[in-house]
Amino acid sequence: MSAVASSPDPMFPRPYRVHRVTKETSDTFTLELLPEAGHAGFAFAAGQFNMLYVCGIGEVPISISGDPGVPQALVHTTRAVGAVTKGMEELKKGDSIGIRGPFGTNWPVAEAEGNDVVFVAGGIGLAPLRPALYQVLASRERFGRVVLLYGARTPEDILYRKQLKEWRADLGLEVHVSVDRATRDWRGNVGVVTTLIPRVPFDPYNTVAMVCGPEVMIRYTVMELERRGVAQENIHVSLERNMKCGIGFCGHCQHGPNFVCKDGPVFPFSRVRDLMNQREV
Amino acid sequence: MTKFFFPDLGETMFDGPTTLEPILAEHPFLKGMKKEHLALITGCASNVKWDAGTYLFREGQGADQFYIVRQGTIAIEAFSPAHGPLVLQTVGEGDILGWAWLVPPYRWHFDGHATDLVRAIAFDGKCLRTKCEKDHELGYELLKRFSEIMSQRLDVTRMQLLDLYDDMPTKGIRRK
Amino acid sequence: MGLETGTAYILGADGLSALFQAIVDSGHTVVAPTARDGAIALREVGSPDDLPAGLTDEQAPGSYRLKERSDRAVFGHTVGPDSPKRWLHPPDFLRFRAHRGEKSGFTLEKGDPSAPKIAFLGIKPCDLAAIGRQDRVFLGGPFAEPVYAARRQEALVVVAQCTEAHGTCFCASMGTGPRVEAGFDLAVTELFREGRHELVVEVGSERGAALLTGVPKKTASSGDLAAAKGASAKAATEMGRSLETTGLKEALQAKAESPRWEDVERRCLSCANCTLVCPTCFCSTIEDTTDLTGRVSERWRRWDSCFTLDFSYIHGGSVRRTGASRYRQWLTHKLASWIDQFGESGCVGCGRCITWCPVGIDLTAEARAFQPAPARGKE
Repeated sequence: MSAVASSPDPMFPRPYRVHRVTKETSDTFTLELLPEAGHAGFAFAAGQFNMLYVCGIGEVPISISGDPGVPQALVHTTRAVGAVTKGMEELKKGDSIGIRGPFGTNWPVAEAEGNDVVFVAGGIGLAPLRPALYQVLASRERFGRVVLLYGARTPEDILYRKQLKEWRADLGLEVHVSVDRATRDWRGNVGVVTTLIPRVPFDPYNTVAMVCGPEVMIRYTVMELERRGVAQENIHVSLERNMKCGIGFCGHCQHGPNFVCKDGPVFPFSRVRDLMNQREV
Repeated sequence: MTKFFFPDLGETMFDGPTTLEPILAEHPFLKGMKKEHLALITGCASNVKWDAGTYLFREGQGADQFYIVRQGTIAIEAFSPAHGPLVLQTVGEGDILGWAWLVPPYRWHFDGHATDLVRAIAFDGKCLRTKCEKDHELGYELLKRFSEIMSQRLDVTRMQLLDLYDDMPTKGIRRK
Repeated sequence: MGLETGTAYILGADGLSALFQAIVDSGHTVVAPTARDGAIALREVGSPDDLPAGLTDEQAPGSYRLKERSDRAVFGHTVGPDSPKRWLHPPDFLRFRAHRGEKSGFTLEKGDPSAPKIAFLGIKPCDLAAIGRQDRVFLGGPFAEPVYAARRQEALVVVAQCTEAHGTCFCASMGTGPRVEAGFDLAVTELFREGRHELVVEVGSERGAALLTGVPKKTASSGDLAAAKGASAKAATEMGRSLETTGLKEALQAKAESPRWEDVERRCLSCANCTLVCPTCFCSTIEDTTDLTGRVSERWRRWDSCFTLDFSYIHGGSVRRTGASRYRQWLTHKLASWIDQFGESGCVGCGRCITWCPVGIDLTAEARAFQPAPARGKE
């Protein structure tokens, strides 16, 4: 399920201009980028990632979190945790960032047509899932129930709040959010996102599930989904490993025999089940 | 166990034990119970209701009941002097609430706060405790089911503890 | 010209010098085995006199010794610590230089794309097989790795068929030697018969054929070829080690939790020597460095090793924290996952990892520990 890279040369970053940097939560921000000098747009498939280069600091892999149907803007939501992402957070409108990509496999949105779709996102894991949400909602009538189960640390860490509300109101996206900790100001669910799985009605035998978040959360989410009766071939997960080149040459991203950069990052769970039960793979 | 969905209640359903029995027999929590045990348990059951914002139970109070929630959400809270009520977990339709009635000293460990209108089936724990002492088979059946609930709650609580979304599970811990 | 692929010739003592000159005249730098720092190592050499005539090696786990031969054989050794990957997949490579402009804009100055013309003279069949492994890695996917591709395109390969096998060799188990039939430009087998010191040269390509045009030679007889093949066949019986590959992949992939990994961890230093000397290991890293002004950055591609702790670093920690998991990664990749990824084993049986491991860990012994013992009656 690999989309062919639209980049002419995957070795060299192409400059993109920062259009906007938006702070989402205390440690998360969104970059909106426009291509330099008259390029049409950035074609990608939901689930793919780019290598983002800040000249003078370094390069990191970040999932694309924008709308695949709107290639004119390239959007990345990320946490500011290291030198490169912290440097990115300081960028201003008009600054440049280097892009190599898109790389990797995509969420099986087209293959999910005709089914219920359940997205399960943990924390920043909502960002790589958002393009799939855009894509499903753009052809809403082709899918059954569309459900988003989203776990965040606190109510302040909820991403894309406004957009989720709009989608819930206008497009029949069922959104269930649960936070790990809250005060009484939060009137919604408190508890890990897996507690939402038994509570939400969907037909497990006709459901495609797409899961993204910390690996521990993915394991327990899959356990709950399987307990509901969803088959492992219909559960797709997005994994992460150390990446240097992004195109299968440096060897860093190997997870067992799989290269997360080119055999993933999106995998059917059946392909990674045994690996995820092993330590230090 | 999978989610059990209650038939739509409406405002007028203040039923006695005889109407509750068929509903309870189908609930996954009580499935597989012998008829006499089910009758015993249903005999201790009644419908209850709390308005939004009221407490079902308070920390330290005698715990003589447990509930199957039919409607609404209950926030399990710990009260902290500086920060007010902190929500640990929310429990909703179909969930089982309360096992302190089974475990000495039979006192609630946390506050149970109705976030919205709550309807539940309440079970007289004090009465059931006495019955379990006499009928150990009943006791074992109930303990089997409650230990599963506790195990699930412990699992999800442990996951909450990991604070996974922060992605810094070892923050503050010096690594060798 | 009349010289065809598949034909074979006999060269005398002067023939090797003439061949060397022909290679130099074709514009190639010769990389050949030469005695250096106590080992027979691959180096750029200027003359056929640099070849290690009369020298051989004695290898064992954690041990390499240079020895004198009783004859003046030039190719009478196995492999040293270097392999062709040093030239085809160079240890350091400047990918680009970025000049930072205003508003963190940058212009890229791409690294030198030109490839030096290298002729490997006297590499062994196992190393030819290793080149084939790396061809699959770097050229077999949707993107070709340009540095490797350019160098590979230019490279001339003259293989020296092995007539001896030493203490850590096991190419016969891996099906990569001691003799190869194809994939080279020329292949030489060194023979001493009835006091004559000769090379049987097999032509493997048009480029190889072209090199021989001016070289004094005679057509090889079927007896000459048989002698060459016979010498390699004898080497096949002298292998210092063996590796049973049947069922090995499945065994390794099934036994991720085996206590054997902790056992090897007690010995392994995670020094990464094995990955450095292995002719198929290809892992690299990307280092972005800046000068003091912060205006000029360089991206370097450098060799890396899965044995380093930060190889698998992600989100504040490394996935493979223990030495056991890193040794497991290397061995499982080499002998099992590589087959899933590229359709063949990553190991060519050269034995370098065994020789150059400072504590003498023997890959064949570690692999054997994972395989079920063959049913062979009472043991």
